[in-house]
Amino acid sequence: MTAMLNVKDLRAYYGQVQALHGLNFSLNEGSLTTLLGANGAGKTTTLRAICNMVRSTGAVEFDGRPLASRSTESIVRLGIAHVPQGRGTFTTLTVEENLQLGAITRKDKAGIVSDIERMYAHFPVLKQRYTQQAGTLSGGEQQMLAVARALMLRPRLMLLDEPSFGLAPLIVRDLFKILGKINREDKVTILVVEQNAQLALELADQAYVIETGRIVMAGGAKEIANNEDVRKSYLGY
Amino acid sequence: MELFTNQILAGISTGAIYACMALAVVMIYQAIDHLNFAQGEMAMFSTFISWQLMQWGIPYWWAFLLTMAFSFAAGIAIERTLFKPLAKAPILTQVAGFIALFSIINSCAGLIWDFTIKQYPTPFGSSPFLGSQLISTHQAGMIGVTVLLLVALYFFFQYTRVGLAMRAAASVPESARLVGINTSWMIALGWGMAAGIGAIAGILIAPVVFLEPNMMGGVLIYGFAAAVLGGLTSPFGAVVGGFLVGIVENLAGTYIPGVGNELKLPIALALIITVLVVKPAGLFGRPIVKRV
Repeated sequence: MTAMLNVKDLRAYYGQVQALHGLNFSLNEGSLTTLLGANGAGKTTTLRAICNMVRSTGAVEFDGRPLASRSTESIVRLGIAHVPQGRGTFTTLTVEENLQLGAITRKDKAGIVSDIERMYAHFPVLKQRYTQQAGTLSGGEQQMLAVARALMLRPRLMLLDEPSFGLAPLIVRDLFKILGKINREDKVTILVVEQNAQLALELADQAYVIETGRIVMAGGAKEIANNEDVRKSYLGY
Repeated sequence: MELFTNQILAGISTGAIYACMALAVVMIYQAIDHLNFAQGEMAMFSTFISWQLMQWGIPYWWAFLLTMAFSFAAGIAIERTLFKPLAKAPILTQVAGFIALFSIINSCAGLIWDFTIKQYPTPFGSSPFLGSQLISTHQAGMIGVTVLLLVALYFFFQYTRVGLAMRAAASVPESARLVGINTSWMIALGWGMAAGIGAIAGILIAPVVFLEPNMMGGVLIYGFAAAVLGGLTSPFGAVVGGFLVGIVENLAGTYIPGVGNELKLPIALALIITVLVVKPAGLFGRPIVKRV
């Protein structure tokens, strides 16, 4: 397998503060990888640095193409969908408009229409509310909308920033089930950043653990789940 | 009773002026999330351009179209050169920019075309409309154009991809970038469209208030008031707000003793403040619903 995304010596800065201290990792095409870490470890920053939303140095390559000089929107146009922390819902627009926006860079009208139907099949609750202002949805519904919006791009790589945040456990399970399905059936490579390590490790095939801006552990998800340090720090047993 | 209907009619006809300007105000608010104090001056300058074109012998509607195109391009150019570099600056810095732009355009117009008052033609004629002395064919035409413009804007924002992208960029810029929208160009496009709409407003208003560099001063205040009253997020609200301000101003001037012409404006503005205390998003503005 070839690496789809290659990250080399990634360093990121907020003003004078350095948040990432030289990250190296790669994602294989078709993989579902999780990036675990505590609050403030640099998980969100990693995703933001990949999309050039924060000042960074180092090399990020997608399909061998360097992303460093590209704007956020042109990185997205390469097929990288980013579901940001806090979901990034267009709260004043309707649910359906949110979905259409996900596909705003696509030109195939028929494909967009059928993809919207596909999203309604994945997330039936969105169909019931398609004319509703998206800000009126519950947190869980907004998270589903955010994932659906990202999928409307027909991305090759999807970056998810703590999709479980603030959601009830049952809803998280549903959501992760759908993510697994999307990964297997639609062949979307997924990188999911999580604090909920247990669920993320069940779902993923690869895992990285990040601490204070450095990757401290890498490997298969099962292997990481069995690691004693990880169990103590992130799984709590 | 006849006096009352007449005053309403007169209110609608002045309201058309405010409605037109309010549309331009809403347009820029959609794009940049605040008001552009130089908008009236930009409209005035556009109107002078069209006047100049007509002086050179170009027919009215050609001058109208050329002016629209020029204003659209100039709006984009102003955004690219002056306000794009200020995009991340504090709001007060941008306000200073607007005020600078205001006086630069005003002075330039005075320098090029001097401050004498000029007649401006109307394509609709100025005879009484349907036999009423209070509303002329020009004012009726103006109401027609404003309504047409409103319908066109509605379709643009509701049913086109660019319209949707512009709304998204105004609503959550970061998310807009994350779906691949070039938000910076959406703002420039908003400036261009606002300048174009402003040009239409100026051209329609000029036959009523006459053409001179300070023609838009009062009009812009009413336009702001109308837009705020109707809701800054709603083009429809802006137009209704424009007509309401016109009507209230006229009724107050006629029926409230001691008000007369001098106090018309404060009365209208007081009413607006009252409305906003009750409905902060304006009459037709969409209150932003948030659920956490």
